[in-house]
Amino acid sequence: MAGREYIYYQGCAQEGTAQEYDASLKLVMAKLGCSLKEAEDWSCCGSTPAHTVDEVLAAALAARNLAIVEKMGADTVTTPCPACLTALKTAHLHMGRSQKFREAANALLDHPYNCTVTAKSNLQVIYEDIGLEEIARPVTHKLPALKVAPYYGCILNRPPGVAQFDDPENPVAMDKIMSAIGVEVVDFAFKTECCGAAFGVAKRQMVNELIYKVMTMALDAGANCIIVACPLCQQNLDLRQSQVNRTMQSDFNVPILYFTQVMGLAYGMDPKALGFGKLVVSTDDIIKSRVSVEEFEKRQKEAQEKASESQKEIKES
Amino acid sequence: MKPINLSQKTDWHFIDQVREESGQNAALCYQCGNCTAGCPYTHYFDYPVSQIMRLLQAGQKDLILNSKSVWLCATCEACTTRCPCEIDVAQVMNTLRIMARRENRVSEKDIQKFYDTFLGSIKRHGRMFEMGVLLSYNLKSLHPLADADLGPKVFLRNKIHFLPKNIKGRAEVAKIFQRFAEKSK
Ligand code: SF4
Ligand code: SF4
Repeated sequence: MAGREYIYYQGCAQEGTAQEYDASLKLVMAKLGCSLKEAEDWSCCGSTPAHTVDEVLAAALAARNLAIVEKMGADTVTTPCPACLTALKTAHLHMGRSQKFREAANALLDHPYNCTVTAKSNLQVIYEDIGLEEIARPVTHKLPALKVAPYYGCILNRPPGVAQFDDPENPVAMDKIMSAIGVEVVDFAFKTECCGAAFGVAKRQMVNELIYKVMTMALDAGANCIIVACPLCQQNLDLRQSQVNRTMQSDFNVPILYFTQVMGLAYGMDPKALGFGKLVVSTDDIIKSRVSVEEFEKRQKEAQEKASESQKEIKES
Repeated sequence: MKPINLSQKTDWHFIDQVREESGQNAALCYQCGNCTAGCPYTHYFDYPVSQIMRLLQAGQKDLILNSKSVWLCATCEACTTRCPCEIDVAQVMNTLRIMARRENRVSEKDIQKFYDTFLGSIKRHGRMFEMGVLLSYNLKSLHPLADADLGPKVFLRNKIHFLPKNIKGRAEVAKIFQRFAEKSK
């Protein structure tokens, strides 16, 4: 799939608290032969807050960006943020279904949107357009210490009629990507349970309780780290982990990584360039445990030889 | 749920209005409870989401629009995904939230303030300015130190900008809000 170019709708978090997602995504995409071209002068999609005021207003805020993508001559836009994705897709579907609604939304805009753009998460693009075979190709390193719980969060795959990707109850895209790059995955029942979303600021205790549940389930499943594809999930689980420990009397110390950061590690990329320094819970052990594929195989062979030798000795004695 | 006094008349107009605005027919709900079973917030709701649907069938406008539930719903879409009658339950909740706001009956003022601060930031800069939203929310909500413990973690990692990034089309974005305000007069 080399040489593919995508229009990239970055989303507000990607410039701020999710810089490491942005950085690792760009590096991984480049490695996979895809370039990301930023949507020109994009604005905020309106996210959940706009939907509490009015549907037409919410659609217009998102559609300004879809109109920009249209003007750039593209029919697909990709975004790393599930909240942006939902806003863009909801506006598109709603405006496509009802002419009255489309006119109302376009009446708020300087440049009308003609409903020709499909929005996809970057997870979908990597999983479907690039595919597991291509994803596995650049792997140079093994991460034997990792046991990841892939956490999809609430709206990446829901509701199915809007998301139109993977399974709404048991999504597997991240699981399969991790397996393809040789990382061990644990089966995790709270994959799509909500982490508290944007209530962190206004309803902190509630969010702490929800995060506590997600983390407990991941650890019970045998994971030692959680991977995410959402800036808000990452922020809640990583940044608020000490808050959760304080209020819930827990002692979590679980690295929360973007799936693109794990891909980058397996591709042998520099952890600093992948934004590992921006994560709150330490990932030093994970980085240290990384070995090249050759070294890993050599170690395995040595271990096997040792095992068979000791077996021989037991037999002979 | 507390007993409902059905002598408080059924508000038929409200039922129609919700159906019209949400595009969803609450009469289809047969109270299976699937939505509530999957709702991660049900523990915090005053009325579980299936009871909101039942109250809606009974036209209990006041109970619904004054409830905490409509504001504590995080639009996680579990209910919509699992409703066997294919009702977009989250959309119903959304419509109820919009109506509560329109009628000035917001039960969870802090949540509304956070949303409004967020939107104010978009109106001003074209994009959401994280630092500005946090500070101005804290001032408005009179929790000046909310999440102050997280500050150093974010600042040390250079994760947040201290100045907003104004986009070129910010006037265009502001106009979206202005036109909307004029239309809703
Ligand atoms: S969308 Fe709202 S009501 Fe539905 S399950 Fe999620 S939080 Fe509960
Ligand atoms: S899942 Fe659907 S049918 Fe069942 S109680 Fe909820 S709204 Fe009613």
